[in-house]
Amino acid sequence: MSEEELDRTEALEDVRSHILAAQGPGVIASHIRHGELTFAVERGALLEFVRFLRDNSLCLFETLIDICGVDYPERGERFDVVYHFLSMRMNHRVRVKVATDEATPVPSLTGLFPAANWFEREAFDMYGIVFSDHPDMRRILTDYGFEGFPLRKDFPLTGHVEVRYDDLEKRVVYEPVKLTQEYRNFDFLSPWEGMTAELPGDEKADEESA
Amino acid sequence: MADDQSTPPDERVFTLNFGPQHPAAHGVLRMILDLDGELVDRVDCHIGLLHRGTEKLLEYKTYLQGLPYFDRLDYCSPMNQEHAWCLAIEKLLGLEVPRRAQYIRVLYAELGRVMSHLLNVGTQIMDVGALTPITWCFEEREKLCVFYERASGSRMHSAYFRPGGVHQDLPQALLDDIYAWCEAYPKAQERIEGLVTENRIFKQRNVDIGNVDVRTIMDWGFSGVMVRGSGLKWDLRRAQPYECYNELEFNIPIGKNGDNYDRYVCRMDEMLESVKIMKQCIERLGEMQGEDVLAAGSKVAPPRRGEMKRSMEALIHHFKLYTEGFHVPEGEVYAAVEAPKGEFGVYMVSDGTNRPYRAKIRAPGYPHLQAMDHLCKGHQLADVSAILGSLDIVFGEIDR
Repeated sequence: MSEEELDRTEALEDVRSHILAAQGPGVIASHIRHGELTFAVERGALLEFVRFLRDNSLCLFETLIDICGVDYPERGERFDVVYHFLSMRMNHRVRVKVATDEATPVPSLTGLFPAANWFEREAFDMYGIVFSDHPDMRRILTDYGFEGFPLRKDFPLTGHVEVRYDDLEKRVVYEPVKLTQEYRNFDFLSPWEGMTAELPGDEKADEESA
Repeated sequence: MADDQSTPPDERVFTLNFGPQHPAAHGVLRMILDLDGELVDRVDCHIGLLHRGTEKLLEYKTYLQGLPYFDRLDYCSPMNQEHAWCLAIEKLLGLEVPRRAQYIRVLYAELGRVMSHLLNVGTQIMDVGALTPITWCFEEREKLCVFYERASGSRMHSAYFRPGGVHQDLPQALLDDIYAWCEAYPKAQERIEGLVTENRIFKQRNVDIGNVDVRTIMDWGFSGVMVRGSGLKWDLRRAQPYECYNELEFNIPIGKNGDNYDRYVCRMDEMLESVKIMKQCIERLGEMQGEDVLAAGSKVAPPRRGEMKRSMEALIHHFKLYTEGFHVPEGEVYAAVEAPKGEFGVYMVSDGTNRPYRAKIRAPGYPHLQAMDHLCKGHQLADVSAILGSLDIVFGEIDR
């Protein structure tokens, strides 16, 4: 089992150095962790990079598995767009990441992979990430006329509006969310275990010494 | 229909609304069909009518609390979904699953595959006009639901697979009953196939309809039966084996032409292979009775009830596990399983706390449904529901 994993990592290492040799300038970082190959790529170099992944005879990442966004509000470019590719012929997977913010568009992959269409629509719907040259940039999963981007970290879990059927107006009406009991989001994170930030109360020690 | 009388008779362009409450839409799918006479020109799928924000909810729950949401994705084979979630967590934790738990997982994953295929095959046949086979399929499926219930206490939303193993051990009597079902099932399938496989009407509705070639597979991100039906021998259970699949013997049935009919045959053959795997699992499980089914001594497994009555530490551990939950080291992973409908994956970003920072669910039905426009173009209106049926879509996983 572990030997098999070693072989796999070694093979991935070869793929990685091959890609770096050809596409080095556009790559910001790359690593293999948990047996998975990841590249962080410049936004401008994305199309060229993915085209290389798809067409190069040693890569052949011809299947687009997934595109999704990840939100890091504390960063300057708050979003990561994460692409997963699979090569059925070489039996490898690769992950490509591109950073962006609310306003800067990411080049769309629809020209290379038609499957990117809905995945990019979803990333737009959930995070408000814009893709340039996308043929059909509509919302996809949320309600008709929905406002806001639900998977952003600053969007509340309860949302902003709720719907109900109004018997007098004989139609479905949208109203601001009214909760009879406030949403209970308990923070069970213990300060004694697995905590990365400083312990509560520690800041007082600094104040006293200062 | 947006056709008014001023249109000249040779311009027969219709726009037709299909769904969202249509029995052949397999859930809440709304399609806007642009028709030229009876030929489909464009399909615009409107999805999201079953969107429940699973990914958002997962960010607010501990890893263990998030698990039952996976039952509610593809509700035809709930445990296969849980499987991907557990694999992702275990990959990050670097956790080894006990052997017995691996076999139980594979047993139930294959059971889920049969459940899902039975439902799909039955409904697909119904979509093209036959009413009897679906009742026969559901008869068998019902027995499998009972096996689900006997293992987990629930026919559907089982929450049985847990990070580190499975929740409870299986009693030998249940394994014996599943084995007896495995012995009897091929006969029942033969009966269903006798009605359908060589049926003239069924063939007319499915042969050479919805053809999928290799280019389409690559362009549209297909996986699972959609790939195998076209003759590509691609199966994650073989290509990137997880759990104990590399110790089991089974074949990967493939089709030839990649049409609806080949996919139907593929699913039928796959069920027989699954039954073979289930039998092997039960045989091996018989040899390792009484072994652990949850990674013992790890922080992710709750202590046993008896232990909790005697040991203070066990009690504290139990309390901590079900309130705070366990911590998963920082990092990102993608774990995928060969779900009945194709590659079901979970991309998980962890920040080292007790909740996932981001969990993305990669549902196989999503890219499949996306290709509807491509697959239906130029087909008859009646073929739309036949193609839809053979894509094997379930809205729980597409809308999430």
